[in-house]
Amino acid sequence: MGMPPTPYTPDPRRSQAWIPFNTRSEQPIVTGTSVLALTYKDGIMLAGDNLASYGSLACSAPRLSVTIPSYTIFGASGNMSDFQYLQHDLDNLIIQEEVTAQDGHQLGPKQIHKYLSQVFYARRSKMDSLWKSVLGGGFKDGKRFLLFVDLLSVTYTVLTLATCYGVYIAQPLLRKAFEGSEVRKIKEDWLHVLFYRDPRSTNQYQITTISAAGPTISPSLKLETEWSFAESIRGYGPQTQ
Amino acid sequence: MPNMSAIVHPQQRHFNPYAENGGTILAIAGADFTVIAGDTRQSEGYSIQTRYAPKVFRLTDRAVLAVNGFAADGNMFVKKVKQRLEWYKHAHAKDMPLRAIARLIQTMLYAQRFFPYYVYNILGGIEEDGSGAVYSFDPVGSYEREACRAAGAAQSLVQPFLDNQIYFKNQTAAPGRSHPSHLPLPDVLSIVVDSFTSATERHIEVGDGLEIYIVLAKGRSLQGVEGLHGLRELSTQEDGERVFVLQRDLKKD
Amino acid sequence: MSLCMLGPTRQCVLGRAASSNTVQFYLANTIMFRNTYDSDNTVFSPQGRLHQVEYALEAVKQGSAAVGLRSKTHAVLLALKRSTGELASYQQKMIRIDDHVGIAIAGLTSDARVLSNFMRQQAMSSRMVFNRPIPVNRLVSTIADKAQVNTQEYGRRPYGVGFLVIGQDHTGPHLYEFSPSGTSFEYYAISIGARSQSAKTYLEKHYEEFAESSLEDLIRHGLHALRETLQQDKELTINNTSIGILGPKGEHEKGVTSEGSFRILEGEPIDVYLKTMEPKVTAESASAPAPSSGDEDVQMAE
Repeated sequence: MGMPPTPYTPDPRRSQAWIPFNTRSEQPIVTGTSVLALTYKDGIMLAGDNLASYGSLACSAPRLSVTIPSYTIFGASGNMSDFQYLQHDLDNLIIQEEVTAQDGHQLGPKQIHKYLSQVFYARRSKMDSLWKSVLGGGFKDGKRFLLFVDLLSVTYTVLTLATCYGVYIAQPLLRKAFEGSEVRKIKEDWLHVLFYRDPRSTNQYQITTISAAGPTISPSLKLETEWSFAESIRGYGPQTQ
Repeated sequence: MPNMSAIVHPQQRHFNPYAENGGTILAIAGADFTVIAGDTRQSEGYSIQTRYAPKVFRLTDRAVLAVNGFAADGNMFVKKVKQRLEWYKHAHAKDMPLRAIARLIQTMLYAQRFFPYYVYNILGGIEEDGSGAVYSFDPVGSYEREACRAAGAAQSLVQPFLDNQIYFKNQTAAPGRSHPSHLPLPDVLSIVVDSFTSATERHIEVGDGLEIYIVLAKGRSLQGVEGLHGLRELSTQEDGERVFVLQRDLKKD
Repeated sequence: MSLCMLGPTRQCVLGRAASSNTVQFYLANTIMFRNTYDSDNTVFSPQGRLHQVEYALEAVKQGSAAVGLRSKTHAVLLALKRSTGELASYQQKMIRIDDHVGIAIAGLTSDARVLSNFMRQQAMSSRMVFNRPIPVNRLVSTIADKAQVNTQEYGRRPYGVGFLVIGQDHTGPHLYEFSPSGTSFEYYAISIGARSQSAKTYLEKHYEEFAESSLEDLIRHGLHALRETLQQDKELTINNTSIGILGPKGEHEKGVTSEGSFRILEGEPIDVYLKTMEPKVTAESASAPAPSSGDEDVQMAE
């Protein structure tokens, strides 16, 4: 038998169009879990914990971001490296668009949303997705805007949003509680529930908001938790049966 | 001993570049009008992503496109069609005729034959001769002109209903009378609304909101449906074909 | 050499109107010897000039005039169309770039086609990537940058066309001039093309009124300015005038979108605006003669 077939022959003419299979990400590696977002009276609020998981190995990393001096905040679940790549990409975009031009034409959340959907669509069409979901929010010209983009570039805007486990645990609560109550309290309740139920989450979290007053991002906060109930649950604690 | 590396088989790739985002669209052509409608729910699996994501888009004053299937492809496809129409307008200083848009959509879909846009398109509007027309497409561009068509999640529920109500399939005309070849606008609108309320009852991926686009031939009045609640005009010209949109709620459960 | 580049039209001018010193200078050069520093746009003349670039600016002056002006709500373009003869159609002087941008051209129409196509691509790409109408200043900058390359790289030729660009964005209506030398400036009012200095003189005299003007007044001022560029025995007609408008619907308009998208008026719809013009002060009745301009008009066919 002759030479084994080479899986990939470099062809400089097609270097852009054809990426060797082994350089595409097939699955997320270091992941972040749920991010929650909602629209409130004055703007948009995002919350997410600070955990990056490598399988079951945990480390701390922020998952929320503010694009300065634009009008957009965003958070992501999924591959952390893709999140950081996107942070850089947006930073560069902002530098190019706003700092260099300095002509008063700033990208608002709607423009950033379209841009993200283009970036994600281009990557998924190369079968090389950015393996993550992004939630973002913005406030510009008196209007609130909450956005979503995922690895397939499926996009939409809604009033409340959640990713990962949050879709099942928090989103129903979000929608139910949406009218009225104090938003920050709601957020913390959801993070509690998520922390109790999602093994790939932590009780260290951040909250970021954007309103007419501009973006804010909290330092790392800690949820007070109560685990004594676990004693009485079968499968937890010292019970042997 | 066999050379192991020579019999390595291609591996199953994990990444699926498509999703199915539910929803249903339909269009019905009248003698001098066309109605194109779609629900506004966007879902993935059992989760509703949003209750308002439009699937029906005005292209020109006489053409409306409904897109159903994978939402990311759908949005991208509509954007590209709109840009092609803009180039046409730059070159010819007029809007592209409906049948030309239909052929354009075919070539654009077939160009992606080996990595298709996973979308079912229904194009509705007014032809140059003033007649209402519906064109339906499969994801790789096969298309035909029809009098009515439903597509999407609840196609199998809605299309038989339309066959019965629009084509009068399995209906016998009263003795000495024949079925009308075209229904009037108010009748068509009630058929559309009934189709969607029923599909909402029986299909989990249909619901939340309904957007009905009405395209009227040049000089035709709204006859019988003017003053409907939630009716909005979208036309840019006063003396050409006219486009209206009608928004309705559907059940949200 | 320079005359070969500019083609027969230029020579026609020279043959007819040899009163200008500049023109005589060029004429003499062609007949007797070539200008040493004009064959290559990458070489400065000892006076620090790039002759090829200056010839390109001359090409703009060959084109029939275009006038642009803006108020707080509207921006308008007005242009004079030429026809090569009774049997020929009039040239196209205005091009739509996007809903919020339109241009008027003076100079080589074919160069304008290339540049305007590029502008359309830029505008569409902005809508595709950011879902945003392209900011007008950036659009003008991109073509200015393109034109600059042609003034610096060996083997290239500067564009032989000038643009007036009107556009609107969230800061209101704008008016820019683009020239083949790679510069662009924003204006309250400006004109380019043959005998445009006369139009400029009119605009300079009246520009303070423009900001608060209605669309109809703005167009009237524009027509008055454009009229100044005509030869003695010529008049503005519905056939030789184009009007481009950006901004809310005017009194006499029909079928304008609520955003006030760019539209071009030609033919019959212009009549109502032409009728608002005040009769021209003739040379006999005017106390001072019209200011003479450096640039000369070419033979204009009816």
